[in-house]
Amino acid sequence: MANNGEDIENNTVTEAPVPTQNQHPEPGVTGVRSRGGGGGVEQNGQAPPQRTPQVVESEEDEDEELTLKYGAKHVIMLFVPVTLCMVVVVATIKSVSFYTQNDGQRLIYTPFPEDTDTIGQRALNSVLNATIMISVIIVMTMVLVLLYKYRCYRVIQGWLFLSSLLLLFFFSFIYLKEVFKTYNVAMDWITLAVIVWNFGVVGMICIHWKGPLRLQQAYLIMISALMALVFIKYLPEWTAWLILAVISVYDLLAVLCPKGPLRILVETAQERNEPIFPALIYSSTMVWLVNMADTAALSSPGLTAPSCIIFDFYMLPPPALALGPAPLSPPEDDGGFTPNWMGHQEHQLGPLQSTDETRREIQQLPSARPPVMDDDDEERGVKLGLGDFIFYSMLVGKASAAASGDWNTTLASFVAILIGLCLTLLLLAIFKKALPALPISIFFGLVFYFATDNLVRPFMDQLALHQFYI
Amino acid sequence: MTAAVFFGCAFIAFGPAFSLFIFTIAKDPLRVIILIAGAFFWLVSLLLSSLVWFIATKATNAQDLTLQKNLLIFGSIFSVILQEVFRFGYYRLLRKANEGLAAISEEDGPPLSVREMAYVAGLGFGIMSGAFSMINTLSDSLGPGTVGMFGDSQYYFITSALMTLALTMLHTFWGVVFFEGCERKRWWVIAVVLCVHLMVFSLSLLNPFYVGSILPVYAIMLLMAVWAFFSSGGSLHNITLLWTCRKSNAETSS
Repeated sequence: MANNGEDIENNTVTEAPVPTQNQHPEPGVTGVRSRGGGGGVEQNGQAPPQRTPQVVESEEDEDEELTLKYGAKHVIMLFVPVTLCMVVVVATIKSVSFYTQNDGQRLIYTPFPEDTDTIGQRALNSVLNATIMISVIIVMTMVLVLLYKYRCYRVIQGWLFLSSLLLLFFFSFIYLKEVFKTYNVAMDWITLAVIVWNFGVVGMICIHWKGPLRLQQAYLIMISALMALVFIKYLPEWTAWLILAVISVYDLLAVLCPKGPLRILVETAQERNEPIFPALIYSSTMVWLVNMADTAALSSPGLTAPSCIIFDFYMLPPPALALGPAPLSPPEDDGGFTPNWMGHQEHQLGPLQSTDETRREIQQLPSARPPVMDDDDEERGVKLGLGDFIFYSMLVGKASAAASGDWNTTLASFVAILIGLCLTLLLLAIFKKALPALPISIFFGLVFYFATDNLVRPFMDQLALHQFYI
Repeated sequence: MTAAVFFGCAFIAFGPAFSLFIFTIAKDPLRVIILIAGAFFWLVSLLLSSLVWFIATKATNAQDLTLQKNLLIFGSIFSVILQEVFRFGYYRLLRKANEGLAAISEEDGPPLSVREMAYVAGLGFGIMSGAFSMINTLSDSLGPGTVGMFGDSQYYFITSALMTLALTMLHTFWGVVFFEGCERKRWWVIAVVLCVHLMVFSLSLLNPFYVGSILPVYAIMLLMAVWAFFSSGGSLHNITLLWTCRKSNAETSS
């Protein structure tokens, strides 16, 4: 936000556009370009006179190049939250033993036990468990798509509201309880109630309504981590690996097949020009709209460009990823924009906050983006579904829980998942449509987990024993 | 065997690499990606070589200790060779990717120079190699235990940390020198890097005779540092300029 403020303030000061697109202060710094280059094109709040089609075309090429160039930035914008989520999960698994204990409890979705007498029986049970779980997920996704198609928004909102309530209050309470138990911290009920209440309510507000971007992102990361921890605890070993494998296949089919539920969801949302559950997805930037003189308002990060969106809804059963279709909103803090300045801008430029109508207008703009978007280049964000966070963290958490306490396996799975994410984003930049984020990462993660656990671990152990360094 | 040992060894082993990361790599997303991809390539090479070693051990008698140790040495030599092969493979991949980016970009040059990529790739290899060697040892150092109970050396942790540091830095220098050699089509550089790597590994075979292993390894590291410095465009002139704090017009960013 502050960046944008800077841009706009600069705009009101400098008149001459900076001749910039070709200047590149130093190699390897891709982020600077948007400020120098983009800001140069439209300096003032007023839009330039309507551009000719040739300019629009060349801007399409430029657009593509920018997408590829800023691809690196987007990758990092996703690396950081994914890494944070994994770090939280691994730290919890390594310190709080509750999540690795086998209490004999199971989810109702995985009724078959895995402590059987024979391996064959165990394999069969895990296959059955995985089948049940996947069917539940498929049914839930279908129900969601049907509800969305028939415009039962209230039902969806209520469902997501309830699940986020469950996650933010109940599961975080259990988490806190176990952490206190581990560190032997004496805590009275009143303080605990105050803490959990505040945590939960602020979380609900941030996620479903408005809140500072960083806080919203932090809450999304925390609930993904909580969900992953629940899965790690309650899913038996073989079932968990099978579910990971099958769910990547399902993700692939659901997003890419013409009749896949997620694809239908995306297309329906695009037809209706509605933002698709924006708060259900982790988004790296905020919606920021500046209403130019006569043209409809500007793009916002991640809303119009399908290339910036990766969808992955795992409408998991009621402990589900919450976040209803509440619109993304500008942060509460004014980020340096005093009320006077805001009033002045609003007077000059029109309303600054985004609303559903303005968003709808934007989505109706032709795909050759209006030229005034360069202002926001810096802010063009990318989105990743919370289901992806959950399954990535579940894989790494399981790696750290199960692999005889070996850190190499955890590290290997972590690197593999990041590389998978990188490749997925590369494909996204090439194909420019919604892509499933799970398959490549989970595939790499699983391969590296099993390979490292069985092959590399004994090798490295032997080397460390003799202090040989390769 | 306390937090002191843990933190001390962690900082020795990973301090320089971590500061290099923070100061030179963290700000640029493209460099971070190349770093992680470098770590991935090293990991794949390790995986393949452990596969070979694993098959070899499973096919032979597990009770024969000398045989197992020899198999371990053979596996490690194979791993060293494979690491250099993958370094070359990574060089080719980066060149292609760089050409691709340069072709579509409006500026004259590619976004990253080969020297930057060499440094980042080398550091990626080094960090991953160091992490895999040291992390389990570090986590053990936190827990209860006695070092050297069966007559082993008491200095296990600190020497592990020192060797890890040396290896990390060596991988970085090797990366720089290797890529530069490939750029200039000086294939003997590749052979030399491979030989030095094997030499370092053989020196580590002398452990726990630490005087014989750590000192020469550090000497080699210093030599490689000097070679990498001159290979990436440094010169005595640059150093004198640095010390006298004068800026030169002809400075290149590398």
